[in-house]
Amino acid sequence: MTTPDFMKTINSQTMAAVIQQYPIAMDFLANYRLNDILKDRPLPKALDQVEDEILEEFGLERDDIVQNFCMFLETFSQTETSLDSVWSITINGGVNKLKEPENISLTISAGEIISIVGPTGSGKSRLLNDIECLAQGDTPTQRQIMVNGAEIDDLQRFEMDGKLVAQLSQNMNFVMDLTAREFLEMHAKSRLTANVDEVVEKCFQCANELAGEKFSEDTKVTQLSGGQSRALMIADTAYMSESPIVLIDEIENAGIDRRQAVLLLAKKEKIILVSTHDPLLALSADKRIVIKNGGIYKIIVTSEAEKRNLAAIEKFDSTLLMLRNSLRTGELITEELLEL
Amino acid sequence: MKLITVAGPPSSGKTSVVLKLIECMNMPEGSIGVVKFDCLTSFDNISYEAAGVPVQMGFSGKICPDHYFVSNVEDAVQWGMRSGFEMLITESAGLCNRCSPYIKGILSICVIDNLSGVNTPRKIGPMLKYADIVVVTKGDIVSQAEREVFAFNIKQVNTAAKILFVNGITGQGTFMLAKYLQQALEVRTLRDMKLRFTTPSSVCSYCTGETTIGEAYQMGMMKKMEFKEI
Ligand SMILES: Nc1ncnc2c1ncn2[C@@H]1O[C@H](COP(=O)(O)OP(=O)(O)OP(=O)(O)O)[C@@H](O)[C@H]1O
Ligand SMILES: Nc1nc2c(ncn2[C@@H]2O[C@H](COP(=O)(O)OP(=O)(O)O)[C@@H](O)[C@H]2O)c(=O)[nH]1
Ligand SMILES: [Mg+2]
Ligand SMILES: [Mg+2]
Ligand SMILES: [Zn+2]
Ligand SMILES: [Zn+2]
Repeated sequence: MTTPDFMKTINSQTMAAVIQQYPIAMDFLANYRLNDILKDRPLPKALDQVEDEILEEFGLERDDIVQNFCMFLETFSQTETSLDSVWSITINGGVNKLKEPENISLTISAGEIISIVGPTGSGKSRLLNDIECLAQGDTPTQRQIMVNGAEIDDLQRFEMDGKLVAQLSQNMNFVMDLTAREFLEMHAKSRLTANVDEVVEKCFQCANELAGEKFSEDTKVTQLSGGQSRALMIADTAYMSESPIVLIDEIENAGIDRRQAVLLLAKKEKIILVSTHDPLLALSADKRIVIKNGGIYKIIVTSEAEKRNLAAIEKFDSTLLMLRNSLRTGELITEELLEL
Repeated sequence: MKLITVAGPPSSGKTSVVLKLIECMNMPEGSIGVVKFDCLTSFDNISYEAAGVPVQMGFSGKICPDHYFVSNVEDAVQWGMRSGFEMLITESAGLCNRCSPYIKGILSICVIDNLSGVNTPRKIGPMLKYADIVVVTKGDIVSQAEREVFAFNIKQVNTAAKILFVNGITGQGTFMLAKYLQQALEVRTLRDMKLRFTTPSSVCSYCTGETTIGEAYQMGMMKKMEFKEI
C-alpha cells in the first residue's frame, strides 16, 4: 500500500475498523493521549470531538495528526526488509597496528560459525566493530567488509545501519519489569510478528533447553539467573531478531549449553562471530581467526582431529561445572571428585 | 562552521557521545568547540577540557533551560565563528519533556539511554519527536531484544529519525554518527532561523519567583488538573 491508499483508508473507514486491521494503531492513539476518542467514525471526524488544548500541547493541528497517523501505519506495515537476503559477508584485510598488510580475504556464509581468538588488547573487538559499521577502508584498520560479495556504498550502509548485527555479551542484563512470556510477546509485537503465540512458545521452550536450570514463563526476567538470562537472550535472538549477523563477545561460564546455543543460531542461518577464550566455543566454530597486533594473523580451519577433542573438552568442562556446584553446596573438593 | 545541536535527559550519555565523536572525527585539536547549556551546575567542562576541547558553559538558573537556549544560541554561534571553529556542538540537558532545543535546518541529535525503560521514548515528546538522529546509549548493558523494542518505540514517536546505537564508553557506533555529521549545515549566523517547535508559554507567577501555594498567588497561564469524584 502507498501513502494515498493509507490516506483513503483513514478517511473512509471507522477507527474501529482501522484498529482491527492494524492493532498497532492503538499505540499511535496512546502516544497522543487520544485513547478515548470515538472509534465509530473515521479519525478526522473523531478528532473534531477532541479539545484543541490536547492537540496544542503536542504542537499539532488536526491535519498533522492524520498525516502522522498515515506515516505511522506506513512505517509499521512494512514487514519485509532487504536484510533477509544477506547470505555472506567478506572481510578484506587491511593493516595491523604496525601498518603491515593483512593480505587476507575471508568469506563467511550464513550458517557458519567463526571464532575470534587473541590476547587481550589484540584487536578482537575492533574486528567486530569493523563488521558492525561495514568498514570500507575508512577505519583505522583499513579493512573492507563486503556483503553478498559486493562492495556497498554509504547509502546502503546508512540503510542497514543498526539492523545488520545483533550483539550478545556477558554484561548484558534485562532491565524490563516483565515476565519471560510478556517479554517475548513484547519483542514479537515490535517485530510485527503475525503468529505471536507460536513464536513465543518455541522461543520459550528453546530457552529452557539451553538453560541449566529450568524456569517458568511467569518468572520475571529480572529474576532469572545469569545462565537463564543468557539462554533466553540467545533463544530470542535466534527466533526473533531480524539481524542476519550475530556477534558474541565472551559468554563463557554462563551456565548454559554454549555449544548448543551457537549451533542453534547457525541452524537459523545466521552468520555468527564469537570472540572467545573458551576452547569449547572456539572448537565448535568452523574456523577461527587468530588476531595478533591488531591484525588477522592466521585463519585456522577446525580439523576433524580438533573436533574429536571436543568430547574430551566437554568432559573437563562438566568436571569444572561439578566442582563449582560442590563448592556452592559446601562440599570438600577431593581427589576422587577430580578423577571423575 | 558546521553547527550540531545535541539534547537529551540528564546522564543519558551526551557528553560521553560527543567526546567519542570528536575523537573519532580526528580533526585538529581546537577545531571543534562545545557550548554546554545546563540548569544549575555541571561538571562537563572538566571532561571537555581534559580532552582539549574548547568549551563554554551557560546556566539557565530559574529560567526554562530551553528558553535560555534560544536566547543565547546565536551568541554561541558568534563565539564559535570568532574562535575559528570548523564545527560547533551544543549540548543541552533536556529537563522538561515539553521542550526541544532544535532549529529548522540544523542537524539535531537526541541522546537517550536504554536503561530509562522501554516506554520512555513514547513519553519524551518534542525533544525526541523533532530530532533528525536519535542516539541510543548504554546498549552494552541490556539485551538485544530490549534494544530492538526500544528502537521500535522510538520509531513510533519519530518515524523519520535515524536511530543509532552508540556506546559512550568504548565509542562503538560513533563512526557512523560522524558520517552523518558531514551533512550538517554550514552557518555563519542563525538570525531569522526558526525553532522546530514552540517553547512552552510558561509565564505564570511561579516562573517569576512566587513560592506561596494557593489560588490567590496563582497568576498568568495556568493549567488546572481535573479530579473526578469517587
Ligand atoms: N589494525 C589496527 N590498527 C590500529 N588500531 C587498532 C588495530 N586493531 C586494533 N586497534 C586498536 O587497539 C585497541 C585494542 O583493541 P580491542 O579493544 O579490539 O582488543 P580486544 O582484543 O577486544 O581486547 P580484549 O580481549 O581486552 O577485549 C583498540 O583501541 C583498537 O582500536
Ligand atoms: N555502560 C555504559 N555507560 C555509559 C554509556 N554512555 C555513557 N555512559 C555513562 O553514563 C554516565 C553519564 O554520561 P554523561 O556523558 O555524563 O551524560 P550526560 O549528562 O548526558 O552528558 C557516565 O558515567 C558515562 O560513563 C554507554 O554506552 N554504556
Ligand atoms: Mg574486546
Ligand atoms: Mg553532559
Ligand atoms: Zn521547558
Ligand atoms: Zn511558571
